[in-house]
Amino acid sequence: MKLRSWFLLPTWLAMALLFAAPLVIVLAYSLLTRGVYGGVEHPWTAESYRRLIDPLYLVILLRSFVMGLVATALCLVFAFPAALFISRARRHKNLYLQLVMLPFWTSFLVRTYAWLFLLRDTGLINTVLQSLGIIHEPLQMLYTNGAVLLGLVYGYLPFMVLPIYATLERLDPSLTEAAADLGARPLRTVFSVIVPLSKPGIIAGSVLVFIPCLGAYLTPDLLGGGRTVLVGNLVQNQFTTARDWPFGAAVSMLLMVLVTALVWAFLRRESEQLA
Amino acid sequence: MRRWLAVYAVVFFAFLHLPLVTLAVFSFNSSRFTVWEHFSLDWYRAIFHDPQLVEATWNSIVIALLATAISTAIGTLCAYGLWKRNSRLLTGSLYLSLVTPEIVTGVSLLALFQWSFRWLHWHLGLYTVVLAHVAFSIAYVVIVVSARLRTISPNLEEAAMDLGANEFQAFLHVMLPALLPGIIAAALLALTVSFDDYVITSMVAGVDSETLPMVIYAMARRGASPVINAISALITVFFGAVILVSQRVRES
Repeated sequence: MKLRSWFLLPTWLAMALLFAAPLVIVLAYSLLTRGVYGGVEHPWTAESYRRLIDPLYLVILLRSFVMGLVATALCLVFAFPAALFISRARRHKNLYLQLVMLPFWTSFLVRTYAWLFLLRDTGLINTVLQSLGIIHEPLQMLYTNGAVLLGLVYGYLPFMVLPIYATLERLDPSLTEAAADLGARPLRTVFSVIVPLSKPGIIAGSVLVFIPCLGAYLTPDLLGGGRTVLVGNLVQNQFTTARDWPFGAAVSMLLMVLVTALVWAFLRRESEQLA
Repeated sequence: MRRWLAVYAVVFFAFLHLPLVTLAVFSFNSSRFTVWEHFSLDWYRAIFHDPQLVEATWNSIVIALLATAISTAIGTLCAYGLWKRNSRLLTGSLYLSLVTPEIVTGVSLLALFQWSFRWLHWHLGLYTVVLAHVAFSIAYVVIVVSARLRTISPNLEEAAMDLGANEFQAFLHVMLPALLPGIIAAALLALTVSFDDYVITSMVAGVDSETLPMVIYAMARRGASPVINAISALITVFFGAVILVSQRVRES
């Protein structure tokens, strides 16, 4: 056997033991019964999966979907002009790209906390608005759906900018020139020519934003203050406070299936386009 | 059109950066309220006088260094092993590990550890956190090192072997030095994601292995505090620099 094949062995082991095996255990737990003192017990049952269609939990699922979709749409609206600006910049392209990526890589927790600091009742936004006399009572901005949405958009915006920028970079400039020559006004050119042509980037960015939004835990917990329960919070809650591991495991499995299906569909589409 | 885009870009970059800038500015405010009083370094001093914060920082540093060393070694070998011959199952699972919701990774690792404790008389602690961080860092390392490998001519290895090096010598003396910038960049990236992780860590940490993000998180849940602002500013500046260095190295 060639030496190079042995190089893969540690990763095979790590992925088998620390990625595949845990998921298999979660799958098994999702089919077991909740133990009296937490944990799991026999017999095998599909009860946890049946509970997923309980309206109580369907609402949470639906809310996560809607939140994810709205956050993705907002990211698209904010990111597109920014990507267009960077792709058309004559100088400093790399600087702009770094300005997009830098806050993203530093610390997700710190960036989420920054909004907690700004939005709270005694936060900067409320303090400024009050001192200007625009409002007299602090606005309740923190611990609302809006705060969670803002946190998600802020958190994953770079995931949308980069793929769109990448497609815009590859765009043939003669196409926009042709549109202009044929009398299209700049805005018309953007919507009738540039946006349709950047579809691959838009789709890639949307998948990259929607997936982490769907499974988000930190943002809804910190900025929603436990009021905005999304699927991620449901999983965490079942494994900690509620001590219902089988149900938490079933929800985890559902999330895994959704994410895998989405990624699979996306990759299939990509390979079809290449073929 | 051009002008409007430029105006928009200013607003866009302000939206991305101003929250972090204000956070940092108010870490130098002597008042604990969001009204500027005067410049002070008291909150920075407070960090070093809080034993819980100091201990958590040490834990985070130890965990991040260990996890980075292990995942960089494993991931580099993997990227090299995948060079010129792909394994769809392995790359597929690496990508899947990257898109798996963090909370699912966290609870599944917790389930694994609890399950294995039935036979092993261990308990959750620093090493379970290190294992968890290794699990999610490998994919980052493989991606960064693979990107570097694609810029290297496939002939390089063959040339070394034509000159009499065996496969291992070619790897150690020719390929590894050529890959070094990619490996360093990957390690710095792994260090950053490991140091920052809260969700997965909080699920698999034991009582004696609280990390800095866990302490910050617990403080933030009780409300904002200038001490968190000060730590946040330090983290942002430090890891911002780490990422800039990582990109410089990668481009070299």
